[in-house]
Amino acid sequence: MNPLRVVSSVAIIAFAVVWTIVVLAAEEQWQVGAALAVAAVAIVAVSRMKAGAELASLLTDSGSWVVWTIPVAVVAIAVAIHEDHFQLMMLASVLIYGLACIGLTIQFGYAGVINFAGAAFFGVGGYTAAVMGSTGVPSLLILLAGGFMAALIGSIIILPVLRTQGHYAALITIAFGLLFRSFLEVNPALGGPQGLKVEGASVAGHSLLNGITFGSFEASFYLNYVLLALAAFTLFFLLARNLEKSWIGLNLDAVREDTVGASVFGINVAGWRIFAFVVGNFLIGVAGALFAMMQNFIAPSNFTFSDSLLMLSIIVLGGIGNLWAVLPAAILVVVFPEKLQGIGEYRILVFAILVVLFLRFRLAGLFPRAIRQFRREVGQ
Amino acid sequence: MAIFFEFVFNGAVLGIMYALVAVGFTLFFGVLDVIKFSHGDVLTLGAFSGLIAFLALQLVGLDLPFLGLIFVLLVACLVTGAIGAGIGQLFVIPMRNSSAFNILLMTLMIGTVIRESIRLFYPNGANPKAFPSLLPKTPIELGGVFLRLDSLILLALGFAVVFLTHWLIRHTKLGLAIRAVAQDGDTAQAMGIPFRRTVLATFALGSLLAGIAGVMHGIYYSEINFSVGLLLGIIGFSAAVVGGLGSIWGAIIGGFTFAALQTLWVVVFPDASGYRDVFAFAAIIIAMTIFPTGIIAERYSERV
Repeated sequence: MNPLRVVSSVAIIAFAVVWTIVVLAAEEQWQVGAALAVAAVAIVAVSRMKAGAELASLLTDSGSWVVWTIPVAVVAIAVAIHEDHFQLMMLASVLIYGLACIGLTIQFGYAGVINFAGAAFFGVGGYTAAVMGSTGVPSLLILLAGGFMAALIGSIIILPVLRTQGHYAALITIAFGLLFRSFLEVNPALGGPQGLKVEGASVAGHSLLNGITFGSFEASFYLNYVLLALAAFTLFFLLARNLEKSWIGLNLDAVREDTVGASVFGINVAGWRIFAFVVGNFLIGVAGALFAMMQNFIAPSNFTFSDSLLMLSIIVLGGIGNLWAVLPAAILVVVFPEKLQGIGEYRILVFAILVVLFLRFRLAGLFPRAIRQFRREVGQ
Repeated sequence: MAIFFEFVFNGAVLGIMYALVAVGFTLFFGVLDVIKFSHGDVLTLGAFSGLIAFLALQLVGLDLPFLGLIFVLLVACLVTGAIGAGIGQLFVIPMRNSSAFNILLMTLMIGTVIRESIRLFYPNGANPKAFPSLLPKTPIELGGVFLRLDSLILLALGFAVVFLTHWLIRHTKLGLAIRAVAQDGDTAQAMGIPFRRTVLATFALGSLLAGIAGVMHGIYYSEINFSVGLLLGIIGFSAAVVGGLGSIWGAIIGGFTFAALQTLWVVVFPDASGYRDVFAFAAIIIAMTIFPTGIIAERYSERV
């Protein structure tokens, strides 16, 4: 491997880390605006320069070790802002939404199964955490239970989705998203429109509400949630990346690109669609449960159709099917509306316009997914 | 028995509104094979522009009972027709060869832009707005059944619009062009039919139907809300799908089916009327599972 190539890639990642710290810690509006402008220039420059292409190929083609950059980078960011509750909470939110978007990427980016009910499955995970929180079940099991519930409900919804195509399949997920929300609002057992309180997480008997102290290092308790979300994100990111690279990913690509062609080659189209939808919903459910534990409180208004669209915005803006793009796009969609107070109210409007423009003029997103290199994979 | 007829009547008013929205979806799908999901929010826009037209009339000091309604409807039709054609020209026609998902997501986002713009830029737009009662609400008694006069007029208006649309499609030159494009766009072009203009006219036609439905919705419920379009759009789309996309009568049957389902739920389970929408959406999902391309199956040979 060319050492120069590694150096330039490390430099870009280091720059991204510093940039994220600046954005999270920015207090003034002009700082946020400047950060946005720098990011725009940097993205254009990097995608034009050779270094950008090399970073992209490094991230996609290297072995699994390259995933370690995520925990290293996030821990560096978290340590830099370890005292501020709000900044850490936003970092954790980015990771949680990123996790949900890995699920959406498996569904839509890989297998081409449309899911307009992302927020509903996120909500299924969240409400599972709320209901199970007081029973004394360990938090990590609750996270898995949230994922299983979302996967279970998803495996019911997949039946009509499989029987239908295109617009009709989209209608089913949209109808489910709306059904879920109106069900929660009229159902008194789950708190109705007021919502439910959720027990915070505790790992191995230690409540995450106690911040880490380490000599003179005293961190906000949100650092614990960042670490928990980071662990979940990294684990599932690694799994999703390996999935993409394996024969399973190849099958999913075939199913997405040409259904008839895939089935002619003996690929079980329905089976792979079910697989992608269920696995994706599992990840979304885990993310929802984690979100609920961190927020300590959930209500139906957290899981609206607009939220589903916001999640889809993340994968469309980042680049459909590109796992690495989920993180920068999640920062853009989750952090900036909170930071730019001026657009807080307008955020859905702004992202809707952005997504419309991207779909119209730059379909591949900010960081397009790399084309699969068969020669290299066979040669390894 | 009298109560039963009142339920049927109210269900019919709902049904005709759903049908108007569904006809729009069917027209768009007929000519261009696309689903334009901003349709529901165009409806909201129609209702709000009708409201603004009424307020403008009041400001001038004109208070005409029937002419007022016609003016409000005209403004709503103009605005929604122009917006519908504009969305078609700028976004849908250039994208018509990309995947169904992209068009769907894009039009959903355009709808979101309209919805959020109303919420943010209309004064106090996040709260429901009172809609003027442009029609007399006099109750009428027909053999022990009490009906509201305005609902009766709305129902008649809705049917008139539907029949007019059907006449337009069947018996005018524009209608012939629309049917030709729906059957085969390329051949229609080869025969000298202006493709783009016909498609835009169809978009304008379908969207102004939504504008009329929006004003009707406002009059019927006496209030409008920025988010009403999302739900009505989905209901209208479901109705069009259940009736089989591409067929006008299918869309109308679908609209009435949906209204009947909702009304039936309220009649049978009056205590659980909050679950009305839950039931209706569950019914759609189940109906789609059993009939994947609509109860009246999609016809490829003849559309619109």
